Amino acid sequence: MEIGKDLMAASSTPIVLAILAEGDSYGYAILQRVRQVSGGRIEWTDGMLYPVLHRLERLGFVKARWEVADTGRRRKYYRITTTGRTQLAEERRQWQAVDATLRGVWHALSRVAVVRGCAVGLGA
Amino acid sequence: MAGTDAMSLDAQVGAWRNYVRRRRAIEPVDIAELEDHLREQVATLMDRGLAVDEAFLIAVKRLGSLDALSREFAREHADRLWKQLVVARSEPAEVAATSHTEAAVAFALAAGAALAVKLPALFGLHIVGDAGFYGRNAALFALPFVTGYFAWKRGLDLLTTRRLIVAFMIAALFANVYPAAWGRHDEVLTALHLPIALWLVVGIAYAGGRWSDGARRMDFIRFSGELFIYYVLIALGGGVLTAFMAMMFRAIGIDVAPLFQAWLLPCGAAAALVVASWLVEAKQSVIENMAPVLTGLFTPLFAIVLTAFLGTMLWTGRGIDIARDVLIGFDLLLVVVLGLLLYAVSARDPRAPRNGFDILRIVLVVVALLADVLALCAIAARINEFGLTPNRVAALGENVILLVNLGGSAVLYVRFVTGHDALARLERWQTAYLPVYAGWAALVVIVFPPLFRYV
Repeated sequence: MEIGKDLMAASSTPIVLAILAEGDSYGYAILQRVRQVSGGRIEWTDGMLYPVLHRLERLGFVKARWEVADTGRRRKYYRITTTGRTQLAEERRQWQAVDATLRGVWHALSRVAVVRGCAVGLGA
Repeated sequence: MAGTDAMSLDAQVGAWRNYVRRRRAIEPVDIAELEDHLREQVATLMDRGLAVDEAFLIAVKRLGSLDALSREFAREHADRLWKQLVVARSEPAEVAATSHTEAAVAFALAAGAALAVKLPALFGLHIVGDAGFYGRNAALFALPFVTGYFAWKRGLDLLTTRRLIVAFMIAALFANVYPAAWGRHDEVLTALHLPIALWLVVGIAYAGGRWSDGARRMDFIRFSGELFIYYVLIALGGGVLTAFMAMMFRAIGIDVAPLFQAWLLPCGAAAALVVASWLVEAKQSVIENMAPVLTGLFTPLFAIVLTAFLGTMLWTGRGIDIARDVLIGFDLLLVVVLGLLLYAVSARDPRAPRNGFDILRIVLVVVALLADVLALCAIAARINEFGLTPNRVAALGENVILLVNLGGSAVLYVRFVTGHDALARLERWQTAYLPVYAGWAALVVIVFPPLFRYV
């Protein structure tokens, strides 16, 4: 599914931080994990992850280091910092609030739909 | 089989890397990170049974469009588009080391040029009192150091280096050999023409001794234009600095004007030339495109002004008043028009379709030629009345040289626009013409004083 640009930008921070909270990781593996967790519902353009990681690094939420992977190539690993964990907790609270609100709204909307459906049914 | 796969993948990744490297917002360290991603993606896809080429194509596609990616990187790393003055942070260590050495050499040579300006003081010659001496020798203070910088940078061979040294010695000889009693305009002429003649020597050093190579000469022309821009910028900065200095010291009752005249201005002017040369070399990519941008801006404006001038002249029937030194003004005008043409051409992609700007440039050159021919006619008509002073002959010679160059350029440019000739012909014409300027300037310095002494 294509997620809108703004929503993508907003959600990428908690998603990446949450994946890194599971353990240190690198770009490709993070993308695989996003695909897996979302059940394929979220597809990021691969390259776009890297500017996001660099932004998180600049903000001090993650720390990067170069290591030689078992493939023999140099690979850049990212680790979440304490500030990152605090940020993740904060983002989590905010997203839960948004999520709860949206659930409430969806619920109300579907009730309205049901009532309308009944009204239409009675009218006929 | 696996071996050839690996080789073809390496080749493709290499090509991709070179392609991405052109984006300034994406630095080598990011490319390494993206490359690791690319290779892992390819490996995964190949495990699923794809051929190496297919896997590579899909992996690159999944990275997203390079434009979008480059934009995202630029947004995150806005600082990268503002290149660091001296050394970009992420440059490999050995590159950084050579940059530092180069900066050290350049500043040492700049200091040398500044000291050279004050060297005659040891022999009792002072800038304020001996303006004639300093005028004649102005070129000899800074240009040897600029030449030295390029000789060092290009690793010039001993023979060429010796020849260049001899050229400077000959220049020093002719700048000072003629008796001062022969008149002041000789001094002015030498002061104006020696730098032009010696600029060719700088060019030979710049080209690393391969002066016959047309491409190197064209680079030297580009370098000269950029150097001019840098020099003007440095001069502006220097002006601001000295203005503050004067203001602050005046506030505590000290007048810095004598210090400024005797030290800051002359030494700074000489040193700035070396520093500007180094900056143009070291920072080629920063304002690389400044000269073409400026020409793009001013070509229409100059064309309008010149057309208006010609129109007004024809409409009102006014002749050109040659009495004052208008000729020098027209020489400079031709130089500017030539510069506008040259820097526009040097940045023009020869394969791009002809556009309105090409027509505009031709209009500019043609009106400049017409205006100059009118000026020349006015002079020719009244040459007996004024007499042939060395100043006038020199300016006249330059005018003819520039006129021939610009005329040739106009013909070749028209032939390019009409599709009869390649743009390279015009570049060859320009690069082949360079020694003519230096030759004439040398002639003025060497032959004019004795020649007009006996007229």
